[in-house]
Amino acid sequence: MADRADVVIVGAGHGGAQCAIALRQNGFAGTITVIGREPDYPYERPPLSKDYFAREKSFDRLAIRPAAFWAEKAIAFKLGTEATGVDPEAHELMLSNGEIQGYGKLVWATGGDPRRLSCAGSDLAGVHAVRTREDCDRLRADIDAGANTIVVVGGGYIGLEAAAVLSKLGLKVTLLEALPHVLARVAGEPLSQFYQTEHRNHGVDLRTGVAVECLEGDGHKVTGVKLSDGEVLAAEAVIVGIGIIPAVGPLILAGAAGANGVEVDDCCRTSLPDIYAIGDCASFACDFAGGQVMRVESVQNANDMGTCVAKAICAAGSGEEPEPYKAVPWFWSNQYDLKLQTTGINLGFDQTVIRGNPEDRSFSVVYLKEGKVLALDCVNMVKDYVQGRKLVEAGARPDLAALADKDRPLKELL
Amino acid sequence: MPKLIVVDRAGNQAAIEAREGLTVMEAIRDSGFDEMLALCGGCCSCATCHVFVDEHWAEAVGMPGGDENDLLDASDHRGPRSRLSCQIAMAAALDGLRVTIAPED
Repeated sequence: MADRADVVIVGAGHGGAQCAIALRQNGFAGTITVIGREPDYPYERPPLSKDYFAREKSFDRLAIRPAAFWAEKAIAFKLGTEATGVDPEAHELMLSNGEIQGYGKLVWATGGDPRRLSCAGSDLAGVHAVRTREDCDRLRADIDAGANTIVVVGGGYIGLEAAAVLSKLGLKVTLLEALPHVLARVAGEPLSQFYQTEHRNHGVDLRTGVAVECLEGDGHKVTGVKLSDGEVLAAEAVIVGIGIIPAVGPLILAGAAGANGVEVDDCCRTSLPDIYAIGDCASFACDFAGGQVMRVESVQNANDMGTCVAKAICAAGSGEEPEPYKAVPWFWSNQYDLKLQTTGINLGFDQTVIRGNPEDRSFSVVYLKEGKVLALDCVNMVKDYVQGRKLVEAGARPDLAALADKDRPLKELL
Repeated sequence: MPKLIVVDRAGNQAAIEAREGLTVMEAIRDSGFDEMLALCGGCCSCATCHVFVDEHWAEAVGMPGGDENDLLDASDHRGPRSRLSCQIAMAAALDGLRVTIAPED
């Protein structure tokens, strides 16, 4: 007979873990099972490209909760297996270990798989993603074995954070970005320019507007990266950080609406009965992006959606209306001694205002649309981040001259 | 091992072991207090590990640093002895430290 739990959470990342924690916090008394593809209990992913990678923090310090916590809260885990099929009518999952897992409510929290290069050589040994502990440990093993010349493909946050750690370790790092500037998908040009300069000042050979033709190898291991202009960069290891593909295949096959991720409503419900989706894999009409249907890839989003669903499940149990998801988006990235904090979503901005001088390595970029504050990127400017968040929340339309004056606290502009 | 006394949001008090070198946030989280969100994992980028330090421990623990101070300003519950627990390293000198988990923002 199939094993069954009242709530089954597929995915043991930040979102799945928080959903389970919040269910118990909100008094959910039913059975909870979490399905995790990796062998480990939920752990923090951001340090994988930062202090775990730099060996400043050991893996045990990354645990979101100790193993004993999950047992004490009667949250069961099936680790090292994943959901390969969903039968929404029977309320059952097919697992890769052959088991059938029944559910009352299903929470899909699978995140995404690192996008891989599609060119020749992308499956050579020594080509790494940075998404899981295993990815990170493999890369560290290459470095321990003497890899000294590293090419990072992709100038997003993962690629830049990896480049920062590697160059601090004294390795020879080249970073390749296909678009005209790094962070092109998420940041305005002033921030991109700033990070490009920082990385170059730290010795990273950072190149923009370059396309990878293929990876070269000795038949087993990667030896170089060939660019479209014919140049071959030597590489003893390659890190690929070119985004993720939301891991929603089984749900879409089962009939859930979605293309880029699985679509959810304002309470994280998919189009299938009793199935929710949260985190990186869920696309939703985001209030902070003018209602644009989008996915948000961040710890904050995974976590807050997890809480939202936990409350919705508890509310359904007592016949109450669920509360919609409306957390203010925020994000952080640490590179070198730079603390970047962002709040809001800058999608569709038509103007930027800079507070402070990037040359001082402490400044903020404020993104506006038709005079309304959409988002801020704050570099070593925690005060702006804290106060700017309130501007985003309020949809404030501050005076631009005052906004550009870094000595004018943002809270005065509400 | 130094002891840490933690008061949760409901007022329940528990004494826990806090390994030296870990932060107060990690000690609280690892002892199973589910209220300790600590979303950024201890890199002083959010304010979700906010605690109040007991009055007679305030001096030994010290004042918040610059970034920490700014982040604490984000909380509606900030008080004179507010700290982010990820920024307090446990040490023998803090044996018996008592902190209260701040209300959720």
